[in-house]
Amino acid sequence: MHNESGFMPTREEYMEALVKRHGMERQKKFLNAGAAVCGLGGLGSNIAVALARAGVGSLHLIDYDCVDLSNVNRQQYMLSQIGKKKTQAMKEIIAAINPYIRVVTDTVKISETNIELLSEDDIICEAFDAAEQKAMLVNGILEKYPQKYIVAASGMAGMYSANEIKTRKITDRFFMCGDGKSDAGEDIGLVAARVMVCAAHQAHMVLKIIDGTFEV
Amino acid sequence: MVRINGQDSDAAGMTVEQYISTTDYNIDRIAVEKNEQIVPKAQYGTTIIQDGDNIEVVSFVGGG
Repeated sequence: MHNESGFMPTREEYMEALVKRHGMERQKKFLNAGAAVCGLGGLGSNIAVALARAGVGSLHLIDYDCVDLSNVNRQQYMLSQIGKKKTQAMKEIIAAINPYIRVVTDTVKISETNIELLSEDDIICEAFDAAEQKAMLVNGILEKYPQKYIVAASGMAGMYSANEIKTRKITDRFFMCGDGKSDAGEDIGLVAARVMVCAAHQAHMVLKIIDGTFEV
Repeated sequence: MVRINGQDSDAAGMTVEQYISTTDYNIDRIAVEKNEQIVPKAQYGTTIIQDGDNIEVVSFVGGG
C-alpha cells in the first residue's frame, strides 16, 4: 500500500474529520469500541473496511486463508496482495484507510476448540462461507459467551433483489443479516454488490450496537 | 400451543431433536433459541418443548 500523496493526518486531524461526519459523542463511542471479524472473505473484508472507515478503535481479524484471484470479484483485496495471508492483506488495507486503528490478527481456523480466541471481544461478526462453520460459531458464542453480541449472515448469493437482504433481531444479542435462503452452493455465485449489501448490514448493525441503538 | 418461527405448532412434548427430525432442517446448519435462550447442541436430545414455548430455529445457508 502506497501513500503517494505523502499526506498523513495526525491522530487529532483524523479524529476531527470523523467527528465532523458522526458527531463527537458517537465518534467517541466508535473510537472506544472494538469488534471481531471472523472470516475475511466477501463479508468479512467488506465489514472490516466499513468499520475502519467509521473509526471503530480496534479490530480483531481472524482468517487462515490466503488471497486468491477468485476472491477479487467481491473481496476488498488488490491484485498486488494475491498469495498473502488475508489477515496481513487486510491489516495493510486498514492501515491505508485509517492508520490509527488497533488491529489484532489471528491467522487460524476457528473451531469449537479455539473459540476462546474471541473471549476478549464484545461484538463478533460471523463472516464465514460454509453453513456448518456459521452454525458452529453462532452456537459456540451463544453457548459459551451469552453476554456477547453476535452479528451473523445467511443468504446473499445470486442476482436476486438486493431488497431481500435484511437484518433480523433474533434475540437481544443475536442479529442475522441476509435473505436467509440464497445458497452459494447452488451454483448461483456470489456477486460483489449483493454480498456488500449483506456485509454493510452486518457492519451497520455493529455500529448501531456500539451506538446503543438496537432496533433493526 | 407452541410458537415455532412465528407459527403455531403442536410440537409440545417432543424434544428439540425429535422436532428437527420432522423438518427439512440440517442439524449441522442451525441454531435453536427457546424463549430467547440458545439451546446448546448437546442438549437437543434432552430439551423437551413445552406448551407456551417460543422457539426460533435459525438456519444457515452457504456464502460469504
